[in-house]
Amino acid sequence: MTIMDKTADIPAPRAGGSDDSPLLEVRDLHVEFHTRDGVAKAVNGVNYSVDSGETLAVLGESGSGKSVTAQAIMGILDMPPGKIPQGQILYRGQDMLTMSYEERRKIRGQKIAMIFQDALSSLNPVLSVGYQLGEMFRVHQGLSKKQAKAKAIELMERVKIPAAKQRVNDYPHQFSGGMRQRIMIAMALALEPDLIIADEPTTALDVTVQAQVMDLLKELQTEFNMGLILITHDLGVVADVADKIAVMYAGRIVETAPVHELYKRPAHPYTRGLLDSIPRLDQKGQELYAIKGLPPNLLKIPSGCAFNPRCPKAEDICRTEIPALVPVSEQDGSELPGRGSACHFWKETIHG
Amino acid sequence: MAELDKNDGSLDSTPNVTDVVEVEAADETAAVAAIEAPVERGEPILQVRNLVKHFPLSQGILFKRQIGAVKAVDGVSFDLYQGETLGIVGESGCGKSTVARLLMTLETATSGEVFYKGQDITRLSGRALKAVRRNIQMVFQDPYTSLNPRMTVGDIIGEPFDIHPEVAPKGDRRRKVQELLDVVGLNPEYINRYPHQFSGGQRQRIGIARGLALNPEIIICDEPVSALDVSVQAQVINLMEKLQDEFNLSYLFIAHDLSIVRHISDRVGVMYLGKMAEIGTDSEIYDHPTHPYTQALLSAVPVPDPEARERGERIILTGDVPSPANPPSGCRFRTRCWKAQDKCATETPLLAIPERFKSVDSPAAHESACHFAEEKDIVGAAS
Repeated sequence: MTIMDKTADIPAPRAGGSDDSPLLEVRDLHVEFHTRDGVAKAVNGVNYSVDSGETLAVLGESGSGKSVTAQAIMGILDMPPGKIPQGQILYRGQDMLTMSYEERRKIRGQKIAMIFQDALSSLNPVLSVGYQLGEMFRVHQGLSKKQAKAKAIELMERVKIPAAKQRVNDYPHQFSGGMRQRIMIAMALALEPDLIIADEPTTALDVTVQAQVMDLLKELQTEFNMGLILITHDLGVVADVADKIAVMYAGRIVETAPVHELYKRPAHPYTRGLLDSIPRLDQKGQELYAIKGLPPNLLKIPSGCAFNPRCPKAEDICRTEIPALVPVSEQDGSELPGRGSACHFWKETIHG
Repeated sequence: MAELDKNDGSLDSTPNVTDVVEVEAADETAAVAAIEAPVERGEPILQVRNLVKHFPLSQGILFKRQIGAVKAVDGVSFDLYQGETLGIVGESGCGKSTVARLLMTLETATSGEVFYKGQDITRLSGRALKAVRRNIQMVFQDPYTSLNPRMTVGDIIGEPFDIHPEVAPKGDRRRKVQELLDVVGLNPEYINRYPHQFSGGQRQRIGIARGLALNPEIIICDEPVSALDVSVQAQVINLMEKLQDEFNLSYLFIAHDLSIVRHISDRVGVMYLGKMAEIGTDSEIYDHPTHPYTQALLSAVPVPDPEARERGERIILTGDVPSPANPPSGCRFRTRCWKAQDKCATETPLLAIPERFKSVDSPAAHESACHFAEEKDIVGAAS
């Protein structure tokens, strides 16, 4: 019994999209916020792509632009003050930024869904969980209230909420943190989307519950062959589930790599610093490696490489020239597929 | 840090205390003297015995009656030794923050004792309590809400001096505050700035400076780095370790991040639903856990190494933590435990060295509250 029998009124992949284009591709995306104090450049030229069944982890600290990118993809940025001056977001080859509002609305929820970090504040406290889950079916598929509730119960069973039938009329505050996150996942899954964007899905949860939720997410992803963009700052979670990683710093991607490669041989000093600052067993009692300084203020990003004031390797060129994201290769020149680094000295970093 | 030898005294023995039940005026001076007396390194500075805190649940508006209690902390015992860091880990709702508030005497304990240098602080009052409070300070979790936005940094860090003027005479305070700013790695010229002008990591440094202001002996850190970014976390942890050596502090370090707790702690206690499940040195807990809950907790932590993905078994607990208002009978973990048997529902396991390990000289011989304690290597396979 699958809940997600595709109904006829979901449009088939549009004619404009060719088959070989990736599921979702972000090209040279810029986002800025116009504030009273000036223009905050939150995203400065981000490129990434995700395919069906693939997990892309976007790793970065607060203020690195990882969530803003996701919000731009979903089309839920506050505009104004937000603004997208430049860039493309291609869903199956179609640019979503040039679409009409109605067209975009058909994709949002049905094709691309999002799981938010804080389940308690993302759910409406005065509506029952079943009503909120059923809303997806009522709005997008025009089901009746009764049918929608039946679907909601199936969804809750799907994400392993015990006694779904009895609990469908409960309100969000009656559920525990882990259960609420499951409801968020169920809501995102409702219309069987092709892509799920999970923005820090487990940050607010305890480790034991985090393991349960990540397992569930992984299982559902495999079952429906969905693409997944996982936004997080937790290097542990990333190592567990990601296929490829994009590391963001000050609105730019500073390094991309397949997951095993990144942990073994980082090609950017920032990634290296992050990996080194995790407490490790063999370093017990010693001082932890710490990246000095603070993340930059987005109103005045340092010139050149944004990481240069904190970088142990910084030289004059880093202060003047913005390094492009260039492909990284082996010492003998052979290519390392999927790897890129935005550092003038990536060779020294990876091979040094 | 040197291994502190401290497993000699069993936890049930009440420390040798002169009668402190009634702290009369004459006794108060004696109590203050005892509190001010220095403690040797490696000696217990804080001894917690059967600490209980129940928050009453009441019903009715005019005629309130108690219908039950949230058993937030239900019989916790441990020692904190001078100069060491004791880490406390556990899921949210296990009572670790309530323990911190009880030690700070911010809450009144329902029963049980907390001995600070032999004085039971749950029964102290007046001058003696004030002296204790000077010596036990706290660093809070959220650096955004634990600093008053209307006070300057100088006022925030200097406020403890208003309550304990003997530490810094009035004219000297500004210089003292600047010294403290310097100690925690902030520019002393920032003294007139407001909290919103600082980043999260800097604010946590302000919180630490405030905790240090009165030269305390114990600092209770309640999730001090969990609100910070990864790259800043390491800076704050390093600072805390440096300060511990410099000022000879004892830390009670409460956190849910197990790798950070392991990094900073000499000993670790694992709490579950208001009780201590297991306690021992860091390698006893991490390399030789014997309590199933500790094992599950360790195995649930995502390891920042993709190679570890293939590591064999991973214990995934089912369900959530039961409500502390109505905890399970017997062993509290039994509802989620894969080893649970009838005995677990009827008999509450005591926190003691398990019978089977008693005569063995192995790291598994540490206190664990489980009927079926068994050693299992969780971390070793992955690291």
